[in-house]
Amino acid sequence: MVTCTGCALLCDDIEVIVEAGRIKETKNTCLRGAGRIKGCVNRLVPSIGEQRVDVGNCIEKAAEILKNAESPMLFGFDNSTSGAQVKAVQLANKLDAIIDDTSSFCQGIMVEKVLRQEFRTCSLDDIRNKADVIIYWGSDAQDSQPRHLSRFSYFPRGEERQRGYEEDRTAIAIDVRESNTAKICKGHFYRIPLKGDRRFILALMDALSGRVPKFDGYDVQKILELSGILKKAKFGAIFAGIGLTYSIKDDAGILADLGRMLPNFHIMPMIGHYNMRGFNENLFRETGFVNSVKFGSEPVHDNRYSIAETLREKSIDVLLVAGSDPLLSLPRSIAKSLAGMQVVCIDPCVTLTSKISAVNIPAAVSGVECGGTAVRMDGKKVELSACVESGFLGDEEILGRIMEAV
Amino acid sequence: MPTVMELYQLLPKTNCKKCGESTCMAFAVELLSRKKKIQDCTPILEDKFKNQREKLESLLLPSEGAGETGMIVHTELCTGCGNCVVACPVDVANDPGGAAIGCAPTNDKVIFKVVDGKVIASNIRECRRFGKNRVLCYACIDPCPTGAIEFV
Ligand code: SF4
Ligand code: SF4
Ligand code: SF4
Ligand code: SF4
Repeated sequence: MVTCTGCALLCDDIEVIVEAGRIKETKNTCLRGAGRIKGCVNRLVPSIGEQRVDVGNCIEKAAEILKNAESPMLFGFDNSTSGAQVKAVQLANKLDAIIDDTSSFCQGIMVEKVLRQEFRTCSLDDIRNKADVIIYWGSDAQDSQPRHLSRFSYFPRGEERQRGYEEDRTAIAIDVRESNTAKICKGHFYRIPLKGDRRFILALMDALSGRVPKFDGYDVQKILELSGILKKAKFGAIFAGIGLTYSIKDDAGILADLGRMLPNFHIMPMIGHYNMRGFNENLFRETGFVNSVKFGSEPVHDNRYSIAETLREKSIDVLLVAGSDPLLSLPRSIAKSLAGMQVVCIDPCVTLTSKISAVNIPAAVSGVECGGTAVRMDGKKVELSACVESGFLGDEEILGRIMEAV
Repeated sequence: MPTVMELYQLLPKTNCKKCGESTCMAFAVELLSRKKKIQDCTPILEDKFKNQREKLESLLLPSEGAGETGMIVHTELCTGCGNCVVACPVDVANDPGGAAIGCAPTNDKVIFKVVDGKVIASNIRECRRFGKNRVLCYACIDPCPTGAIEFV
């Protein structure tokens, strides 16, 4: 059995058929996972500037660039093993560098609340075994974590849910659009206006405490009906998606407030990248913060140290990126300042960022070409194993060798 | 999937009974359920019906992949999410320790499996829609977010 690293569900029931050192067929992965396991067409080649060179030279050059940098930053690692993440944090510490990952512009604040125990949470296995009411809020799991509903939340039979989803479970979607996930939640889809999450939470809290909810232009009956379902739930889960997080990010505590009114409910942030939670946990353990940290005499956390801000303010001169493509994922207005700095790119594949990088270091695909561990979206530690031998170094080894050389 | 009306509109509408059915409408119903073929209506093979015949053929084409049970998996729509694997009552009954609890199927008695991110159906004769105690089961159609499973 192999573990899929296509998303933070880390499905560990995957079979692969290997032929002549290549993956020929995958069994049980969703389409997204099959793509991840089969790998990219364009492998990154080791290079300095335009010049193709030996990987060893790339590593030395990367170390030299980082050593001479005035304000270096390390970014990414959400598609790296936990071992590589620990190395990245150590390297940032050694260089007095800034370190950040994609969670600073997605689910970081939610994961932080989980780690600080501001949310009551539970494991995905608890959900499979016990949950009778599940809510996808601003999350299209069907698209981002395709096996979420079939492996854990809605369709499977569980210890206390033996009668099948139609009788034993209620799936609810709250979203601004009818996503594929909402389509499955058919009778229980609550469409809310854009940025309406906060007002919807307040209205729901009113309904839960027996007051008449106020929500302009919304059918009050529907909110009362929802509150009735939630009150009756024996074991509930709210899957907080990126849509919800974006919408309430200035006051994410309101979700914790809602959680307090629903003692049988558990909150779980939906995570995309397979080991984003691992990054958050590893950095949290070391510094008490989940992202956007600058090392120095002591680690400091500030939004200024998030990738979006450092690029906007052009406050860094060197960026090491591993397993991420900021040029693709950040708005162009910000990402364009990447062109004015020295970038070191560690990735299995050619990316937009690798095309403008000073140094490119090809890496093994974790979970396929190298093993390690990762943290599932619910905090469970999962083993990754290698199933093909490629000769590429893993992120952990690359970062370790850079660290030795700086 | 075309409707009976759509098929009927393209037939000669003479109720000549050469197809063995009493009306063109009855023939359209049989066509839709794949019990009769277009060629069974000999009049439509005449040249003057060429356009209509071609339309009929193209309407009925997407279902060509259906086996005797009439199930079609539109592979191009499937995302491999596994909802059908876990929801199908046959899979639940035949693999209580695997598919039924959301895991990968552990034996070959299940109807649905996912290979290379796409669902593959086998053992279709076990499907609850067939056999003498048949029921109109929707447990693989309803959970599919993309409409990839269809019975014709
Ligand atoms: S749901 Fe995620 S981890 Fe599971 S097979 Fe799909 S991509 Fe891989
Ligand atoms: S043979 Fe064709 S035209 Fe005649 S009744 Fe049947 S369908 Fe109609
Ligand atoms: S119709 Fe029902 S029994 Fe037949 S394959 Fe679909 S889910 Fe299974
Ligand atoms: S439910 Fe639909 S999309 Fe999901 S695996 Fe089955 S056929 Fe494919």
